[in-house]
Amino acid sequence: MMARIPLTLAALALGVALAASPARAERLIASVSNHRVTVTPNYSGEELVLFGSVEKDAQTPANRANYDLVVTVSGPRADMVTRRKERRFGIWINTDSRQFLKVPSYLALFSNRPFDAIASPEVQRRQQLGLNNVLLTQRVGPDYADVVPADPFRRAFVRLRSEHGLYRESTSAVTFLTPTLFRTGIPLPGEVPIGTYDVEIKLFADGALVTRTETAFEIVKVGFEQFIATTARQSGFTYGLVTAFMALMTGWMASIVFRKD
Amino acid sequence: MQLYLPIADIPVNVFLVLAMGAAVGFVSGMFGIGGGFLMTPLLIFVGIAPAVAVASVASHIAASSFSGAISYWRRRSIDPILAAVLLSGGTVGTALGVWTFTQLRALGQLDLLIAMSYVILLTTVGGLMFWEGLRALLRARRGGVASPRRPGSHGWIHGLPLKMRFKRSKIYLSVIPVVVIGLIIGFIGAVMGIGGGFILVPLMIYVLRVPTSTVVGTSMVLTLVTMVFATMLHAVTNHLVDAVLALILMVGGVTGAQFGARAGQKIRGEHLRLLLGLLVLAVGIRFAIELVIQPADLFTIRETGGSG
Repeated sequence: MMARIPLTLAALALGVALAASPARAERLIASVSNHRVTVTPNYSGEELVLFGSVEKDAQTPANRANYDLVVTVSGPRADMVTRRKERRFGIWINTDSRQFLKVPSYLALFSNRPFDAIASPEVQRRQQLGLNNVLLTQRVGPDYADVVPADPFRRAFVRLRSEHGLYRESTSAVTFLTPTLFRTGIPLPGEVPIGTYDVEIKLFADGALVTRTETAFEIVKVGFEQFIATTARQSGFTYGLVTAFMALMTGWMASIVFRKD
Repeated sequence: MQLYLPIADIPVNVFLVLAMGAAVGFVSGMFGIGGGFLMTPLLIFVGIAPAVAVASVASHIAASSFSGAISYWRRRSIDPILAAVLLSGGTVGTALGVWTFTQLRALGQLDLLIAMSYVILLTTVGGLMFWEGLRALLRARRGGVASPRRPGSHGWIHGLPLKMRFKRSKIYLSVIPVVVIGLIIGFIGAVMGIGGGFILVPLMIYVLRVPTSTVVGTSMVLTLVTMVFATMLHAVTNHLVDAVLALILMVGGVTGAQFGARAGQKIRGEHLRLLLGLLVLAVGIRFAIELVIQPADLFTIRETGGSG
């Protein structure tokens, strides 16, 4: 972890230029340890580190000391269907389903203390703090809407994603190293989808949002992995032919190797 | 050792997949079946998306059955003419099956239909094979005739026209039931996403009265051609064949198939049928239990389409 700090500080310096926010009392500067996660044959997940600092200026109220921070990481969006099984005629079959529209395939919500201690329920809802308050749009008949957190389909959806480590919430993941310098880890399990990940950082003080900033990173396939994936997509016929030929060669080789004379 | 699969998009343990390939390969070499009905659930169990699993298993079965077919060919246990006649029906059946599959998917509840057909087909075929194997075994133990081919019992099948001599199998038979069986297997295979060897083998033994010496090798030829065709089809239409996963499965599979084929030659015919009957029955019952018992989780998630 120590080895990463110089690198992160360099990234921080760069981040100052990026995070130019309008004239406000505080400014938020943040950067992730790696903006481009490459998927190689031995890739099995990774943990990124997000570092940042709160910059005060002359307009900052002098008595303001305690900051709260909420970090939201959301992966590439996709449509997903949650189905529910019910017993019909003695067997369990899918009877009911809900479609979730353009929901994040990965979602992490980290903060330095419980959301209830950071802001009022009203602010939590408006700022989408916590998995219970994140907007997950469902198709309900002809309408698009988010439902109450207690909705069984929504609860099941969040629970199943969490079991795979794809949705996570931690109210102790963000640590303040000094009153203004903070860090948090972003764990990425091996099965996280490829794509662009948005990181949104929100700063709260006295129960109200003070400022926010955004950064991003991407997970990409390189080299052999990328070659296979693009070939499969772009020239399916050749890919199939090569795979079928490979199967025949493997079978033929085996019969030679194992030939008993 | 972890390896990242480029199409399935998850890391897997190479040795685990290799061992799974070898185990299924052994079974497929021994009984002359593709083993798709064993491999696909195993892959889904380790976390690979069902669509990718089905598509990649096809090429694994192609490799396994090719290596098996070669060793059966060397022992002169393949009847090429019988295989060719079966295939003529099989190709038409596969095309019909793919068309039906598309129609059924449009109607919804395809998953349930597939699960139900698995249960009905596997338990019926498995149960019959097990029963027949058991009876043959008891007969042999009492010192009776162990062969399922009862002398003089030529059924209506043997009264059909267009008779043809299949030299290597030493049978004289009408081509009509052979083509029809090929058609049925091709159709079922395409709809259910399996090679169909486990149905083909008993059909050939009991209906066509093909001797045990050529039945396994010949059914492997049919499986081989169907699965090469299926691999191509999956690669062109869905782009879901994971070549890296397929290669690991193949290497394990062909190794297992060699040992399986050798073991299969040593076991007596009725024992072989009994064992295969048990295996098929067990998988069928497993599917049945899954339908009847309350699942641990009533909810499932499936991705329906990416966007941005």
